[in-house]
Amino acid sequence: MKFAVIVFPGSNCDIDMYHAIKDELKEEVEYVWHDADNLDQYDGILLPGGFSYGDYLRSGSIARFSKVMNEVVKAAEAGKPVLGVCNGFQILLESGLLPGAMLRNQGLKFICRPVELEVVNNETMFTKAYQPNERITVPVAHGEGNYFCDEQTLQQLETNGQIVFRYAGENPNGSLSDIAGITNERGNVLGMMPHPERAVDELLGSADGLKLFQSIVKHWRDSHVVTA
Amino acid sequence: MMKVKVHVTLRESVLDPQGTAVKNSLHAMNYQEVQDVRIGKYLELLIELSDRPVEDVVKEMCEKLLANTVIENYEFEVEEAVTQ
Repeated sequence: MKFAVIVFPGSNCDIDMYHAIKDELKEEVEYVWHDADNLDQYDGILLPGGFSYGDYLRSGSIARFSKVMNEVVKAAEAGKPVLGVCNGFQILLESGLLPGAMLRNQGLKFICRPVELEVVNNETMFTKAYQPNERITVPVAHGEGNYFCDEQTLQQLETNGQIVFRYAGENPNGSLSDIAGITNERGNVLGMMPHPERAVDELLGSADGLKLFQSIVKHWRDSHVVTA
Repeated sequence: MMKVKVHVTLRESVLDPQGTAVKNSLHAMNYQEVQDVRIGKYLELLIELSDRPVEDVVKEMCEKLLANTVIENYEFEVEEAVTQ
């Protein structure tokens, strides 16, 4: 399986993402610059964290108009897995691929520490390798991770099983309904504030994030590789 | 040339943690009369007139980029730019 890590001016978790895929997951991966106009050769799209375009105006608002985003939308429509982490999540919200918006953390502080998450839905292509309601430890690092949407949208997220991760125990940023990660209705676009790519080896304090990437690969193999 | 003044503010239903922090600070400075503080953005655009009404163009820009209407409201005023 071949992944693309989209690099925007200001991305700073792109190398972590690349490392997670290449060295821990041991799959193919390439960096793709924000002005690319074709993503056809990639099977999975990764939007890394960071501060695309300096977070000017709003997080993710300018990156959303990068040339490559037209291709990311096409990939999402084609059913390819699209994962946005942290700033990548903010870009997915701004682009309308996921519903809702991001507010400043309720406590106003930038938070950077491991948090406990609950895998609320383990039936998505991103979470199949987890147990139902499994508790995992994954770090967060953000100043604007306070997820917000209107009541009707929240209801839809709940009903459709689109809430994939919730903060278990303490909610670090005040997000609505303790939301840490959501998918689109079809289930192939996941946005999450915690960084699974920073939790792929016990040396990093946790390897709980690796299962997320393994889930994507397993899903892809199951639907693409025909065994004789 | 027109000067457009755009104000972007968080919607009333959305908690504004920045504004709350500033309100608390004002209270600490003994300005107890302050009931609420909301923080927004102010943008100034210089716009060349085209065949489209400037209001339509600005509205479009606000909806697409300048404001996120999930959490923000916007308003703007258009005035003649003073040319040097």
